[in-house]
Amino acid sequence: MSACWVVLGASSAMARAFSRQAAARGHSLILAGRDTLDLARDAADAVARGAASAEVAVWDTRLPETHAALAALAAESSGPLGVAVFAGAMPEQAVMDDDPSLISGLISDSFSGLAETVHRLAPLIEARGGTVLGIGSVAGDRGRLGNYLYGAAKAAFHTYLAGLRNRLGRRGAHVVTVKPGFVDTAMTWGLPGLFLVAAPEDVARACWRAIDKKRNVIYAPWFWMIIMLIIRLVPERIFKRLKI
Amino acid sequence: MIWAEKSYSGWGRVRRADGRLARPEKAAALPAIMAEADGTLAVIGGLRSYGDAALNAAGPGLVMTRLDRILAFDGETGLVDVEAGITIRTLVDVFAARGWMPAVVPGTGHATIGGAIANDVHGKNHHQAGSFGQYVDVLELLGPDGTARLVTPDTDPALFRATIGGVGLTGAIRAARLRLAPCPSTVMEVEERRMPDLDAFVEAFEASHHPFTVGWVDATARGADLGRGILEEADFASTPGKAKPAGRGPKIPVDAPGFLLSGPIVRLFNRAYYTRIPAAGRVRQRHLTRFLFPLDGLRDWNRLYGKRGFHQFQCVLPREATDSLGGLLEAVADAGLASPLAVLKKLGPGRAGMLSFPMEGWTLAVDFPNRARAAPLIARLEEMTLSAGGRIYLAKDALARPDAVAAMYPELPAFRAVLAECDPQARFQTDLARRLDLRGS
Repeated sequence: MSACWVVLGASSAMARAFSRQAAARGHSLILAGRDTLDLARDAADAVARGAASAEVAVWDTRLPETHAALAALAAESSGPLGVAVFAGAMPEQAVMDDDPSLISGLISDSFSGLAETVHRLAPLIEARGGTVLGIGSVAGDRGRLGNYLYGAAKAAFHTYLAGLRNRLGRRGAHVVTVKPGFVDTAMTWGLPGLFLVAAPEDVARACWRAIDKKRNVIYAPWFWMIIMLIIRLVPERIFKRLKI
Repeated sequence: MIWAEKSYSGWGRVRRADGRLARPEKAAALPAIMAEADGTLAVIGGLRSYGDAALNAAGPGLVMTRLDRILAFDGETGLVDVEAGITIRTLVDVFAARGWMPAVVPGTGHATIGGAIANDVHGKNHHQAGSFGQYVDVLELLGPDGTARLVTPDTDPALFRATIGGVGLTGAIRAARLRLAPCPSTVMEVEERRMPDLDAFVEAFEASHHPFTVGWVDATARGADLGRGILEEADFASTPGKAKPAGRGPKIPVDAPGFLLSGPIVRLFNRAYYTRIPAAGRVRQRHLTRFLFPLDGLRDWNRLYGKRGFHQFQCVLPREATDSLGGLLEAVADAGLASPLAVLKKLGPGRAGMLSFPMEGWTLAVDFPNRARAAPLIARLEEMTLSAGGRIYLAKDALARPDAVAAMYPELPAFRAVLAECDPQARFQTDLARRLDLRGS
């Protein structure tokens, strides 16, 4: 059945790949983000690839009025409502160590701004049915020296999605948490020390498989499940001395 | 981050470059990146050219592959506006089922539209359809200062003809309007026949009326067998059949050992490959993508040549120069260096740019593992090509000399004149352009 998908942070490479697969399935799309000129190109692309329709919405994690406007726009669509959350920011840990005032912005971009928006859309999903897909991160599974502020925001988002799953599941709607490993996007371009880097198209495919199969929590690619299992099993008294 | 330190290479993996690369995902990022890149700049697509056409060892590079959106499509006329980073395969995948496809499709679907334009690529239908650039109506070109201009054959005929086939030296192609061709079926009917020798091959090509033709040549065969191979002729299937599209296929995970493509193994392989087609020939239905992109099913197949990489020699000879064609094949067979990949095809006259490769006649492409004997052999083939009035293909080249290329491309002075006007500071540079002195010193 054709649905309407709201894509938050729609101009990221992963979101773009996700939207294209949504378009190929004939869904309609609301592409939400800051760079609306660029999103207009994405919308044209989605329509050319088979989307029933594609609209652009101004949306900024730090501007609550855009969250309400987006919810109003989504209310005008019909059919099951999907919400795919790809927005997020990964500032360097060292930069935030030097200037802790940046932390609240990180929390807005990677957690609270997302939760606020999804929370405004949740009643629509309860009424119409649908799916929430949230992009978390393997970084949220355990606090590590290199990026625990980003990891903390992602961990909060994981917990939010788990609670939302509990809430929406009662109404027949579903919530998928996706924890990608390293993905080849603008966010990771040029970062040193990456390994097993996945293509955004592969992560998007994994997202759609998880939606179709109503999976709760997945890692993408799947082998990160094993890597993170091992990392989570390391006792804290040892882990606190590691530099990974 | 905007810039990443990368080590990258052409498809043949012989020519390499280390440098800073930017790969923007938003159109608005382009001017800033161009302003920030100091010195020269190479514009990079899918890195499917074999040599150094997209490399810039002396400066940064701009990778266009993430700017790959379809901006507009008219289902009545088949006109499509695309960003330059979109691949040929994506266009086939999106539009074939709706009855449209790129009018010209090269042998790999991983090439970008920007790269297809910059190399004015040809395909298996060149003898009838011409080259890729003949189906480009409008180009959006970023100049050396990062400003965009629309270039059409009417408004800027010289710049348009310099950009098509211009190996990225006139600017960064950001978007293009293409005229797609009707695609009556996603299934092709492919007839394969053994060609016992070169004469039979040439005769069969001349007699063929199929829109798509390509020949595989056993480049190890000598004497009476010289030029033997398999001719594939194809047309869209008139009866709807079922054929599976080419998937992503297996991936070559490591560099293969050098002996894999040694002389005796290649000779054995080629004999088996030749005789696999029944003596009476055969007709099969194949999915469009499998016919068009036969090697894309084996990801990273360039690793089969080991870590030293390989060269592809590709030339075109005038139609009457069939004797020279035989001479080239003899030289290749005598050297005993060829890989199983050797392709012969009849080209038509279609070309759209000043430095476009095609001319009416015969194109021969042969892969050689990068061993010590490869460069002298290719130099000899290049000389023979030049004296036969032919030319080599810049998209494949890694070894040619500037004077030979200047002799093969009579419009090079006109090309240089356009560059002097549109990019006087020589901002857009590549290793190929420096090696072959394409800008003129």
